[in-house]
Amino acid sequence: MIKEESERTIPVQRESMADYLSPLVRGIKPSGIRRFFDLVSMRKDIITLGVGEPDFVTPWHVREAAVYALETGKTQYTSNAGMPELREAIAHYLNDSFSVEYNPANELIVTVGGSEAIDLALRALISPGDEILIPEPCYISYSPITALSGGVAVGIETFAADNFKLRADQLQAEITPRSKVLILCYPSNPTGGIMTYEDWLPIAKVVEENDLIVISDEIYAELTYGSKHVSFASMPGMKDRTILVSGFSKAFAMTGWRMGYACGHPELIAAMLKIHQYTVMCAPIMAQYAALEALQHGLEEKDRMVESYNQRRRLVVKGFREIGLECHEPQGAFYAFPSIASTGLSSETFAQRLLEEAGVAAVPGDVFGIGGEGHIRCSYATSVTQLTEALDRIGQFVHKLKQG
Amino acid sequence: MNELQLKVLELLKEDARRDAELIATMLDEPLEAVKQAIAEMEENHVIVKYATVVNWSKVDDEKVTALIEVQITPERGRGFEGIAERIYLYPEVKSVFLMSGAYDLLVEVEGKNLKEVASFVSNKLSPIEAVLSTKTFFILKKYKQDGIIFEEHEGDHRLMVSP
Repeated sequence: MIKEESERTIPVQRESMADYLSPLVRGIKPSGIRRFFDLVSMRKDIITLGVGEPDFVTPWHVREAAVYALETGKTQYTSNAGMPELREAIAHYLNDSFSVEYNPANELIVTVGGSEAIDLALRALISPGDEILIPEPCYISYSPITALSGGVAVGIETFAADNFKLRADQLQAEITPRSKVLILCYPSNPTGGIMTYEDWLPIAKVVEENDLIVISDEIYAELTYGSKHVSFASMPGMKDRTILVSGFSKAFAMTGWRMGYACGHPELIAAMLKIHQYTVMCAPIMAQYAALEALQHGLEEKDRMVESYNQRRRLVVKGFREIGLECHEPQGAFYAFPSIASTGLSSETFAQRLLEEAGVAAVPGDVFGIGGEGHIRCSYATSVTQLTEALDRIGQFVHKLKQG
Repeated sequence: MNELQLKVLELLKEDARRDAELIATMLDEPLEAVKQAIAEMEENHVIVKYATVVNWSKVDDEKVTALIEVQITPERGRGFEGIAERIYLYPEVKSVFLMSGAYDLLVEVEGKNLKEVASFVSNKLSPIEAVLSTKTFFILKKYKQDGIIFEEHEGDHRLMVSP
């Protein structure tokens, strides 16, 4: 007893501010994309294919709705879960577009971007030591957030030869008694890969047999080319096992508004809402009004944007193939993920030299996890003129490399 | 007009310099089909001309443009066609529309200066017998024309690289 008290009074010697930091935070590596960003921002006159957001500005009617919300004094908190009319509109839209039915009263919450929804879901689910299965290459946040919540991220490599689809045997091979959550992101950033109904069936079986919970990040759901997106939550028996995460950023060109949402079993959503109400209270009200306008009157505009991405996708894929870089057919999102292995360079060296010698920025694939090495991520959400010029420059650069 | 022609038109309307090969790639259609679609539309004058949209306010020898509301008496048997033609054949006239409402033709006239446009109205347009009255409105600034914004302020504010 006495000893304990005396221990408490002796101050711990901390030599630098870093010693104050939580070991969990200290353990997180800075993002590779950040390092590359610093390189790019020192350069002028470059063409960037590194941007992970639409090149459209949010449609004017949506912006105007937010202006009107401000003019009419919509400056308060909303209900923690989001405005009821917005939740209803989202539920209606999800049912219409992807045949998934959620009760807006207790199975859906509006979040600050899809990012917050992923954070909430992982924090709500993870006990220390739980294993979180993550098909890679993938969006860069899953593994750090998993670590912050005390979980252990287990990467599952996917391959260009499979169009970066997740295969059931690969998933099965990584399952241990500690496996708890599978994070899915299809259509995929950075690969553009998608999963069809037939692709999902065996995955759903493994999920069921191993009693997993799925966090399905479907932020690119609207951006598929050729076949319509199949939500994992719409697979037989999967609704209650799935937390569906999505948002307005990609489909409606609304990245800066930070409007996302999560849907799922009422008990899971209630747990997520508990974290949400203590951490952020609610998503910004004016952005919620903008999102409502987007769902009510923005679907046609969205279709036009999707068509425009599709045209540019064809241009870029053909361009890479003509250059002699292997490029699988990306069927979703707005990224091509060509292989640069034939040049003999690593992703990082290739991207760095491409930037320095050709003035084109593309993100080295290794920052997206295992399976990303040997590729670069090229966003085609940029103008046709810029894309054509970028392809010309990449072509000359690769030609020069291959000649010696 | 078939579906392919409509799609080709959309892409050409955005940028008339796009060639058939680029368009074929963007639409995932055979090159020959796209070439044929363009040729047909040129033949039928669906595509009338490949012209340049100019922001003349950035050019030193600035021009003056006026919109003129013209009331006319239609001719028996020909309606407005004959008078409209007599007006649009003048090179100073940039566009002519037949309108519903309080007047009949909306005529866009371009000149080097105010005087030149005024002189066109009093010496060429008003004396036409069928013309009953004219109202001239000078354009002070063009913000947007044919769906094209002249001074785009929105720009690209995205970060150069983002996840």
